[in-house]
Amino acid sequence: MKQKDIIGFGALAVIIIILPLFVESKYYLIVLNVIGLNTIVVVGLNLLIGFAGQISLGHAAFYGLGSYFSGILTVNYGFPLWPAMLLGMLATGAVAYLIGYPSLKLRGHYLVMATLGFGIIVNILMGGLEQFTGGHDGLMGIPPLTMGGLAFDNDLKNFYLIWSFVFLCMLAARNLINSRVGRALRAISGSEVAANSLGVNTADYKVKVFVLSAMFASISGSLYAHYITFISPSSYDFYYSIQVVTMVIVGGMGSLWGSLLGAGVLTCISEALHIAKQYHIIAYGVFLCLVLVFLPEGILMGIYNLFLKAKTKKHIIKADRH
Amino acid sequence: MITKFARLEFELFTKPSKSDFLRDRQRLTFMDFSQQIAQYIVTGLTIGAIYAIVAMGFNIIHNATGIVNFAQCEFISLGGMFMYSLVVLFKVNLMISFFISTVGVALIGALIEIGPIRHARSKEIIILIFLTIGLSEVLRGTAQEVWGTDNVGVPAFSGENPIHLLGGGTIVPQHIWVFAITVLVMLMLHYFFKKTLMGKAMRATAVNRKAAALVGISVNRMTLFSFAFSGALGAVAGIIIAPISTTSYDTGIMLGLKGFAAAILGGYGNFAGAILGGVILGLLESLGAGLVSSQYKDAIAFFVLLLVLFLKPTGIMGYGESERV
Repeated sequence: MKQKDIIGFGALAVIIIILPLFVESKYYLIVLNVIGLNTIVVVGLNLLIGFAGQISLGHAAFYGLGSYFSGILTVNYGFPLWPAMLLGMLATGAVAYLIGYPSLKLRGHYLVMATLGFGIIVNILMGGLEQFTGGHDGLMGIPPLTMGGLAFDNDLKNFYLIWSFVFLCMLAARNLINSRVGRALRAISGSEVAANSLGVNTADYKVKVFVLSAMFASISGSLYAHYITFISPSSYDFYYSIQVVTMVIVGGMGSLWGSLLGAGVLTCISEALHIAKQYHIIAYGVFLCLVLVFLPEGILMGIYNLFLKAKTKKHIIKADRH
Repeated sequence: MITKFARLEFELFTKPSKSDFLRDRQRLTFMDFSQQIAQYIVTGLTIGAIYAIVAMGFNIIHNATGIVNFAQCEFISLGGMFMYSLVVLFKVNLMISFFISTVGVALIGALIEIGPIRHARSKEIIILIFLTIGLSEVLRGTAQEVWGTDNVGVPAFSGENPIHLLGGGTIVPQHIWVFAITVLVMLMLHYFFKKTLMGKAMRATAVNRKAAALVGISVNRMTLFSFAFSGALGAVAGIIIAPISTTSYDTGIMLGLKGFAAAILGGYGNFAGAILGGVILGLLESLGAGLVSSQYKDAIAFFVLLLVLFLKPTGIMGYGESERV
């Protein structure tokens, strides 16, 4: 592990442990938990967007599949909690494979169309299959997760649970990026043809990273279901897919720490605009457009690059004077 | 008959309701049944015509730039809402309103291209697709601010009295308007792309941007026109469907995404395919909603989309551009 990463993850761990000591209001704790849940989805989605160069507009569906697998299996069939979550994750991965395999074998942006269609179908089914999902009224009474004798039944306990998962997911993503697979993925996003000619099976890697990113979303969805204990189709609509995509872009495509930042900033904006809900769409849209037009590398790297540029300019001016 | 028709219309164009056709079936005689099928076909062709126009809009921009323009959805909503404002709120003449709304949305399309799309610091396809998503949100949010979230009606172009057809079916004049205007739009597009110099230049740009630029075609201007055209097409779709299905700040999302599905079904980028895809999708949806279940009406188009992508990604009329890797 590089020194930079050790510092980064160490700092993250310390912040996770001590942050709740300073947060007194229950409300802020909830916001932090939502940020954590979004971060998991965004980190996964960023692997797909930033490293495989593919777009998914159906991540709400994978997030929702995680939630509904956990919810339905535990509430309707009395499944044990953790196995239900694992099963949900595997099933979501399998579904993602079925969607991803045929569309990623094609050159071009076919995945965006497939995931778009899939996302909308899943959302309609959530409302339609009432006998399983509770329809538009939602599914209630999902039990909180337990570990040993400890039940994660309040916001503080869930904070530690969710953010442990954030930590693990980010660590997993970092290890993936720095592995052979990660190098292959970066080669693909650099130039698919070049990667292919060097013997990288581009389609295969893209499918794998898509499945992985769907699994991340599923984990987050399961955590959400057990945390809120109530799920309904409106949380998993097309709009959520766009929200997470926005977070990835604002944070920076292909930037791991940017994912955390993107999820944090945009979740806070959503919450700040809670009273004026109608400004949600505009705020997200404007943010997305501004970043894409002016800082296509995301706010973290974008501002850093601007800073570097300004610095070199200053040096040049200084050199001129001398 | 009018009321029954109105109810069918309502069921087909608004949110899915649980009252199934199957339940009423016992009460219907054979004559009623065939009439009903005819009605579903008329409705299916109408909505199919709308999908075809929208698919055309997607295709024009795709051919000019290679991107999927998600702002197309908002062009439809804006067309409908402009029409509503002019006709209902400002009492402007129908023809003039139609013209102003179409040109207005075409201008918005052009502005999108001149502004953000042209000035984006990265020209990667993936960035531009995301940008159209962002722009679509800005437009939708603004529309919500201006008009609120209510569904509003626009008066039909020539009254609501149904016309009796041979064989006992009826048709509301607005459906005829939709067909007529769609055919007119298609003929105009055909003429433009096949006969005029500018249309040929746009087709050349679609085939090869670099080669087009080399022979003196302003590729930037062609891109600009493609956005304006898609804006106009979206607006026309939104305007002519508004009297049938009512309109609101976000009607365009579903219509637009289904139009997108129609474009894929026909073969992305193929104009004849757009018409075929639109009509097939419209009929499937209308008959599916009427005879099977209206609850999953919206899912049908996207199910077809997935099937096409998996079985024949080039679509019905595709040239086989999408290589397997």
